[in-house]
Amino acid sequence: MNSLYYQKKLSRNVADKFFTSLSFFCALIAVLPLIFVVTYILIKGGAQINPDLFTLEPNPPGDDLDAGGINPALIGTLVITTIASIIAIPVGVGGGIYLAEYSKGGPFSKFVRFGVNVLAGVPSIITGVFIYALIVSTKILFGSMYSGLAGGMALSILMLPTVIKTTDEGLKLVPNELRYASLGIGASMYTTILKITLPAAFRSIATGVLLGIARAAGETAPLIFTALFSYYYITGFGDLFYEMGSLAVLIYNFALEPYDAQNKLAWAASFILVISILTVNIFSRILAAFTEKTKRI
Amino acid sequence: MEEKLILFKNRKRFGIEKNIDIIFKNTTLVLSGLVAIVLLGIILVVFFQSFESFSRYGLNFLVTSEWNPVKDEYGAFTAIYGTLVTSFLSLLITIPLGVGTAIFITEDFVPKFVREIVGSFVELLAAIPSVVLGLWAIFVLEPFFRDFFVFLHKFFGWIPLLSSEPTSRNSLLAIIILVVMLLPIVTSIAKDTLNQVPKKLRNAAYGIGASRWKTIFSVILPAALSGIMAGVLLALGRAMGETMAVTMIIGNSNAFSWSLLSPGYTISSMLANQFGEADGSQVSSLFYAAFVLMILSLVVNIFAQWLVKKFSLKY
Repeated sequence: MNSLYYQKKLSRNVADKFFTSLSFFCALIAVLPLIFVVTYILIKGGAQINPDLFTLEPNPPGDDLDAGGINPALIGTLVITTIASIIAIPVGVGGGIYLAEYSKGGPFSKFVRFGVNVLAGVPSIITGVFIYALIVSTKILFGSMYSGLAGGMALSILMLPTVIKTTDEGLKLVPNELRYASLGIGASMYTTILKITLPAAFRSIATGVLLGIARAAGETAPLIFTALFSYYYITGFGDLFYEMGSLAVLIYNFALEPYDAQNKLAWAASFILVISILTVNIFSRILAAFTEKTKRI
Repeated sequence: MEEKLILFKNRKRFGIEKNIDIIFKNTTLVLSGLVAIVLLGIILVVFFQSFESFSRYGLNFLVTSEWNPVKDEYGAFTAIYGTLVTSFLSLLITIPLGVGTAIFITEDFVPKFVREIVGSFVELLAAIPSVVLGLWAIFVLEPFFRDFFVFLHKFFGWIPLLSSEPTSRNSLLAIIILVVMLLPIVTSIAKDTLNQVPKKLRNAAYGIGASRWKTIFSVILPAALSGIMAGVLLALGRAMGETMAVTMIIGNSNAFSWSLLSPGYTISSMLANQFGEADGSQVSSLFYAAFVLMILSLVVNIFAQWLVKKFSLKY
């Protein structure tokens, strides 16, 4: 009779309760870091935000109370990320087009797909080491050693796998009927790709590329010995060939300074970096969710 | 009177159009080949740069921990030990946490929107740059754990891993920050795999009277094991190569110590620390260390990919 009812003290029910609370506990611990990190950045970084921050150069570390601003690093991050995008997006989208549209699953495309996955797993500092050996130490770029250009190249290697993968996967989601229809009325392959399939996959590719750019903007390891750091304003195109600051390297350098003023500047830079990266992430998430909804209709 | 509407006009494709088509195809072919070239380039460049050091120290480099630019003696044992110990121990903590969180997200304990919020929080954590996590570790995590470390040393000091006085920068802090960074990777891959396990397996287990957690442990987790394993391996590769947060918090000392409470070194933090100022044979030795790191992460990554292919769910 009793066995028809839920018995609290049965060992299996006790075990179930125990594991359920354990998984609640895991989820709680998993959520806490983001909340703590973001809260601290909002509090500690948000307090430092003022107009000077965006317009001044950082003062060299010392026990000055006034650390200056982060204008060169802010512009530097924009410049370096732009260089990386200019290199990685055409190469990545082009490579993705080949994989999705032309390749027939032969050994070459298998090898490239494998290579993309391996490249995605290469530690980011190794790309810095690679660019250092290839460009910085050989002074191949018109005799300049550490430069914003070299930093951008290192970051582009990091972005490349993300861009190729999202292009490849985005194009594969485009229904084949569109291709048949276009080829059927006599369009050539490249017209079909450029006018039909790429536009159809644009939103999912854009989402992936945006995420790739956001990730590259926060990367530090490839920059610390390719772009190095600079305290001075970026004034023109010539500065591409000299050391260039970036928010990420500024955070790294100034977090390790013993002076309070520099530490505060590092928090302010993290505030700007994290807010922009999270904004891009949330924005692309909404974009992706929106794409999914329209597809279902 | 009646004008015929011309919708189509027969025309031959011009030669130039055909050429554009061919050029376009070959351009994309070259661009996709570029990935392979970059990958091979990285491996070859790092290998050749490390050649000088490799021929001088050979495999002794891996087992000695002397790092003395003045005497020109190099050995990366401390860094290799640090890399392996921090990545494996952090993984050991991350696996149960991540899989537990993934189970929380895929089971229906709480309404869907709560689970979605938890899921996106964990994934957004992956978007936080590691240098920012390092900053946070220095100024928030370290003071928070300071007393706990003293306590650990006082009561568990007899364990070799906890045998030294805690310093303000140490390997255990690096492990904690690595857990924070690996958690999103393990959780999201475990979540995806658990979602792929077909519903009928669960229903069959419920049908013969298994409880929820009996079902999870005996049916669902085994079915998802290969995917979770692949995620764990990817996380391992990431942990070994992780640079910034670890460099900022691990203390960067080449003095070898078994204890996690004293400053340590990893290969990537050694690179980040010394590469800028190195010259001569030190550069070559650093390239050698970079080569070791690259081989380690390549092996782990390739094994992960093989695992995914070999054991992907066949339902």
